[in-house]
Amino acid sequence: MGKAWTFGENMNTDEIIPGRYNITIDPLELAKNVFCEVKPEYAKTMQPGDVIVGGQNFGCGSSREHAPIAIKGSQAKCIIAPSFARIFFRNAINIGLPILECPEAVADITEGDDIDVNLSTGEIFNRTNGHQYQAQALPDFVLKIADAGGIVNFLKTHDIQDLLA
Amino acid sequence: MGTLIEEIFSRRAGKQVQASEILLLDVDYIMSHDNTTPLAIKAFRDIGKPILDKNKIVIHFDHAYPAPNVLAAENHKKIIEFVKEQELPHLLHQGVCHQVMIEEGYITPGSIVIGADSHSNTYGAMGAFGTGLGSTEIGVAWITGKCWFKVPETIRVELSGQAQAGVYAKDVMIHIAGLLGMDGGTYRSIEFSGEYINNLPMHERIIFPNMSTEIGAKCGLIAADEVTINYLENETPATGPFEALYPINPRYERVLEIDVSTLTPQVACHPDVDNVKPLTEVEGLDVHEVYIGTCTNARYEDLEIVANMLKGKKVNPLVRVIVTPASDRIYKKALKNGLIEILMDAGCTVTGSGCGACIGRHGGILAPGERALTTMNRNFIGRMGSPLSEIYLASPATAAATALTGKITDPREFLETIF
Ligand code: SF4
Repeated sequence: MGKAWTFGENMNTDEIIPGRYNITIDPLELAKNVFCEVKPEYAKTMQPGDVIVGGQNFGCGSSREHAPIAIKGSQAKCIIAPSFARIFFRNAINIGLPILECPEAVADITEGDDIDVNLSTGEIFNRTNGHQYQAQALPDFVLKIADAGGIVNFLKTHDIQDLLA
Repeated sequence: MGTLIEEIFSRRAGKQVQASEILLLDVDYIMSHDNTTPLAIKAFRDIGKPILDKNKIVIHFDHAYPAPNVLAAENHKKIIEFVKEQELPHLLHQGVCHQVMIEEGYITPGSIVIGADSHSNTYGAMGAFGTGLGSTEIGVAWITGKCWFKVPETIRVELSGQAQAGVYAKDVMIHIAGLLGMDGGTYRSIEFSGEYINNLPMHERIIFPNMSTEIGAKCGLIAADEVTINYLENETPATGPFEALYPINPRYERVLEIDVSTLTPQVACHPDVDNVKPLTEVEGLDVHEVYIGTCTNARYEDLEIVANMLKGKKVNPLVRVIVTPASDRIYKKALKNGLIEILMDAGCTVTGSGCGACIGRHGGILAPGERALTTMNRNFIGRMGSPLSEIYLASPATAAATALTGKITDPREFLETIF
């Protein structure tokens, strides 16, 4: 259960966390300035378990992982968007930040809605208006990485070949 | 059989592959820089396994170098200690990573190179697969020598005709970004082709794969040909034989045909790279800074265009005109041939090579309310400093014309000095 925070289309990595703050890789430090220009109240008042609801092409721009790390550091439960920028998608999976592609949910959710997400099935429930949405399932190898909590943890106990095995 | 990316991946996989397959492939080089290496080191240490092949690792100092603050200095220190500890052979600080990768011969046709930098797509100019990844995957690749890829669908961009005087590859690419949009190439490979591309020299070709990143592409590719092989043989230490791959009976998701002969100078306006207008629509807009630099447009030939236009003239004294050569090699050639003197005499500030003002760390940060016209590839809000500043993207010739007047100016007004 968490509150929805909505963001616009083409949210780029500089808007998620401006380059000048990327001098640290500490998730909690980065989280202090996440969305500081587009939605400063997010970092101040969000609660762990809240949900980010983004627009099309979420996370476009730089390859820097500071952006998904900053969001993970803020303890958001997951990001729901109609589509993600390519590198952001990989980065989020690699660091174990759950992301769900679901255009229907994004179109229907408004800021402040109370959202329940089942990460393993992709089911999203909007407690505020009672609507239910189904996110696209993630490919098997992506789930393997997500289940391990990120690629680093996966590799501690597996060989890279196991990803596609 | 297939598109250029299918050909490149098939050769590496040792079997015929097609779009949408997921592959685990060996990579040739793993690139990272001062901004992204610290996180790769962290991932590497967390996993706790040894490096597979040190020779594949290439680390550059370019993003915030020399260090503009203590935190950047700490990053550099951390990286140098790691390089010493692991005895890594390739630590370079001689310019923007992508330019240095190409001019030092790390990129050859058909090679697969991943980089912890979104503009690693640049390597596609050599007929290689280059793509940007996050630092964690770079740390993973140091250990495994491999990376997973989904074979992308391909959009082919066919460029025909000859550009008018004053219109450059940068104008053409900005125009394409406007047509396809910021997410028009997401998850896709973009093949740039056609008679216009075939006739372009390498320094202009590089712009297309470089800015394929701006439209979300996984890679931007130009099939290697004689121009590529000549460049490799004459300008880089790379040794052949080079195998040029090209599409064979390809199936494209989409083909975009563009005749460049009617195109006029273009500008990507604040705040999005696809907010593209013909220059004539924004002509006369005041600028506070002109920045000529980056992996997109600070090669020798770019500096030559600017120097030719500024020779014997003075830039507007109210405008900060900053020139940052893409690499030391370019800087030295420009120095030897008198370009640096011309630029300085005209009132430009010439800085050491590297990313310079591109990411708002040093070397030309913008104040609130300021507007820059630059040869960069990206105009995100706040990229060069204050979130209340504006960035306009254009060709080096447009940048030079604008430097003279202090307003966005059509370079065709100076055609007699354009070569
Ligand atoms: S010059 Fe700019 S775009 Fe190119 S690698 Fe450096 S920061 Fe990135």
